[in-house]
Amino acid sequence: MTDTLLSLSWVDILIIAAYFAVVLAIGFYLKKFTTTGEEFFMAGRKMTAWVAGLSFISANLSSLETMGWSAMAYQYGMLGAHAYLIGAIPAILFLAVVMMPFYYICKTHSVPGYLKLRYGEGARSLAGISFTFMTVLVCGVNMFAMAKVMQLVLGWNIHFSIWVSSITVAVYVALGGLLSAVFNEVLQFFLIWLGSLLIPILGIIEAGGWRKLMASIDRQHPGENFTSLWANLGSAADNPMGMHWIGMVFGLGLAVSFGYWCTDFLQVQRVMAAKNLRAAQNGTIIGAALKMMVPLIVTLPGLLGLAVLTEQMGIKLQPEHVAQATGGHSYNDVLPLMMARYLGPGLLGLGVTAMIAGFMSGMAGNVSAFATVWTYDVYRPLLNKRATDAHYVSMGRWCSVIGVFIAIGTAYAAMLFSNILIYLQVLVMFFIVPLFGAVIVGMLWKRATAAGGFWGFLSGILASMGTFIYVHSFADRFDATALNPEHVKYIALSPLAQDMAVNMFGALWSLIICVTVTITVSLVTKPKSDEELKDLVYGLTRLPDEGKGAWYERPVVWAGVVAAVLISVNIIFW
Amino acid sequence: MDKEHGQIPIWFFIGVIVAFYGIVILGTGIYHLFVPPERPVALQELHPDLWWPVVLLVIGLIFTIKHYPFRKL
Repeated sequence: MTDTLLSLSWVDILIIAAYFAVVLAIGFYLKKFTTTGEEFFMAGRKMTAWVAGLSFISANLSSLETMGWSAMAYQYGMLGAHAYLIGAIPAILFLAVVMMPFYYICKTHSVPGYLKLRYGEGARSLAGISFTFMTVLVCGVNMFAMAKVMQLVLGWNIHFSIWVSSITVAVYVALGGLLSAVFNEVLQFFLIWLGSLLIPILGIIEAGGWRKLMASIDRQHPGENFTSLWANLGSAADNPMGMHWIGMVFGLGLAVSFGYWCTDFLQVQRVMAAKNLRAAQNGTIIGAALKMMVPLIVTLPGLLGLAVLTEQMGIKLQPEHVAQATGGHSYNDVLPLMMARYLGPGLLGLGVTAMIAGFMSGMAGNVSAFATVWTYDVYRPLLNKRATDAHYVSMGRWCSVIGVFIAIGTAYAAMLFSNILIYLQVLVMFFIVPLFGAVIVGMLWKRATAAGGFWGFLSGILASMGTFIYVHSFADRFDATALNPEHVKYIALSPLAQDMAVNMFGALWSLIICVTVTITVSLVTKPKSDEELKDLVYGLTRLPDEGKGAWYERPVVWAGVVAAVLISVNIIFW
Repeated sequence: MDKEHGQIPIWFFIGVIVAFYGIVILGTGIYHLFVPPERPVALQELHPDLWWPVVLLVIGLIFTIKHYPFRKL
């Protein structure tokens, strides 16, 4: 092998080139179908449940996510799968059954748009400006990280990776808007699965089956407790994450998960564009079912790495800084190493295409959400209220291109200030969590006021930033790459808590503060009348009749089925 | 988002590219039956480069034929 992890043949290059040709062709083809604002920003609101569901889950399934969570599985074992179970499914089902009717009935274009209707211009502007700012920054950081991966894994020039992939995304989103993004996300979903599924299939065969895989991990990593979902969460000292079950249930399962899945507009936009409320709800539930299957291509390769890489190849992966110092492999290399182990010419091209497709689906999600929120929640209300629909569509197209160029700028900035910008992703998580607090209180409690929503949201953001600074502060310095156990023990209930556990607890504190402030300020300020809150708040919204459809078409039935499967999976792998 | 709106369905695009990948990888797999690859991979004896592209080809053809937009099959 060369100094890169993988080397591609001409067949692999052909497969990757065909992928780029098809996504661009789709963008050019769809341009003629996106002439109005409704078509460009909301895909005409005519997507079926399956298309909405596949797009919903694909926008989240970025290559950084698949590589990152494979690394998590290698580092923390089965605990890494919680991001796809309690860390996603309850929130997605809640979005489908409880929140989607409000988003859909009020016909808003975005989550900040809902805040405008519910709380007024202040909360909408705060959410819109922060969302657009954070979206392009995170997009750029992800772009840089992906280019870095391509450089390390394939030896590709970092500038080539950044410019080719991002210009492709800019072209197809600018041409076809959300419709084009959604079309490509559905395509990318299939390619991600077809390019990734062979690794766990072959890995399980090589390991001799599931039971032998678990036995091999326990034998090679004694005392690490890598093979349980819940049995090792009784105390922070019992698991490699340093996580207590309270943090897993309320931090990940409530604060982070509900914030991300219910109010991150990147996600919600996809299902809001469905052709009717039932399609939006069923699409979301389809997304939940598919999300629960993602551990097969993400967690399982990480677990296979724990067994196969050590036993068959004598490789033990290490933290990034140790790997850099020793010249060894880091946790983040687990997926590329498994690809190199099992995928020959042609199949390797398909696997790399899956990685690129994942990157582009995540980036297109960011770009299309940025264009919508900028145009409808920043540009139109604050800068140009009276323009024509065609003008706003034009603004959306230009925003898609400009957003990508700002992201490229951020990617280059990340080369200089990588530590700071990488932690922006954590702050985004903390921004989304208070947004959920403000939205959910406003949705379920008619007494919540405009001032309550604004100050609750703002205090939640400040609390999350404060928590982040506190756990990284030492007596003589601030270090964003190190945790201070003396401070961590107050935030995460244990000085042993690692980054992920601290983030979960930080999110939980942020949510608690946001909700508390929202309620307190609301109680001393004047609420809106019931008439003003019609179709925005639980109890004042008449949900549409679901009609005479069969029982198996009802969202609540399928939400129950998915919930039952979730419970079963947790018990089986307890 | 389909024929009723005058658009080529996304399923057709998926079918075409997946079938194309199936053909290309199957061709490579057959070639490597006779000329072993320079970089052998684990479990090569199971020939995943033959049966996995067949899976791709079947999926791709089903999607392509079922959602063929230009004439009624």
